[in-house]
Amino acid sequence: MELIINGNRKYVEPEYNTVSKLLESLSLGQKTVIVEHNQQILQKEEHPHIALADKDILEIVHFVGGG
Amino acid sequence: MLTIGTHTFTSRLLLGTGKFTDLQIQNQAVEASGTEVLTFAVRRLNLDQVNEPNFLEMLDLKKYKLLPNTAGAKTAEEAIRIARLAKASGLCDMIKVEVIGDDTLLLPDPLETVKACEVLLAEGFIVLPYISDDYMLAKRLQQLGVHAIMPGASPIGSGKGILNPSALQWIIDQATVPVIVDAGIRSPKDAAYAMELGADAVLLNSAVSGATNPVQMATAMKLGVEAGRLGREAGMIPVREYAVASSPAEGMITT
Repeated sequence: MELIINGNRKYVEPEYNTVSKLLESLSLGQKTVIVEHNQQILQKEEHPHIALADKDILEIVHFVGGG
Repeated sequence: MLTIGTHTFTSRLLLGTGKFTDLQIQNQAVEASGTEVLTFAVRRLNLDQVNEPNFLEMLDLKKYKLLPNTAGAKTAEEAIRIARLAKASGLCDMIKVEVIGDDTLLLPDPLETVKACEVLLAEGFIVLPYISDDYMLAKRLQQLGVHAIMPGASPIGSGKGILNPSALQWIIDQATVPVIVDAGIRSPKDAAYAMELGADAVLLNSAVSGATNPVQMATAMKLGVEAGRLGREAGMIPVREYAVASSPAEGMITT
């Protein structure tokens, strides 16, 4: 399926059909990241339960240095 | 003790984490500063560089509270979205509301800042707005219920120090919440001066991360903040127009 992640199209194997599985596939399983799915901000506990579908829009953000 | 919302801190220096060139030096600088509050920005993750080291991952989060900012936001809506994203990390409940209205001076937009604060307060955030040194705005935000006021000393990263001590003094004198002087600090004397004026704390970033020796500057800023606070509490002598001799006028040796 095709997802829009951080503004870029990305082809993802259909087996990665939840937010948790997607993060694992991107090697982000252990990282502190925050995910917004179709403009809905997700709590970490929700990640395994959010199903992904073709053309879904995701933002994956994290904390960086800033003042 | 410095109390912001439900959090209490011993240190009165808040440190930004931007623009450090070396993570080890950054770690040492954070340690040297004695800070208990670190600011962060929220940005898109670069999916091509997921293994790039991240400073947050090096930190013992039992020792530090995170103060994410909404930097990058130009409207209240953008700031609110960034704040919600930050909170969804589950790592923090404080937010530095920073809505920039001008690219040259990086001055905060007061109207958008107020709007964002209103919404975030209603959502239960501990809200710390970054504002210009505007007395009335500080007052209005306080009435809204913000948990601290963060007036800038001078434009972000400018190193111009405290441009208008009177404006800061007025804000501090009327304040019912902590006043944290933020932005524009360059030297330990700026940090000390802010504290002498009665600020509850100082937030700085570039002054340390951009110093030739960031670790030493972090120590200097820690001492600057402490010196200013101690001096303020010790009670300073009044300023007089003319000299007052410090040696006795009696017992002069005459010929």
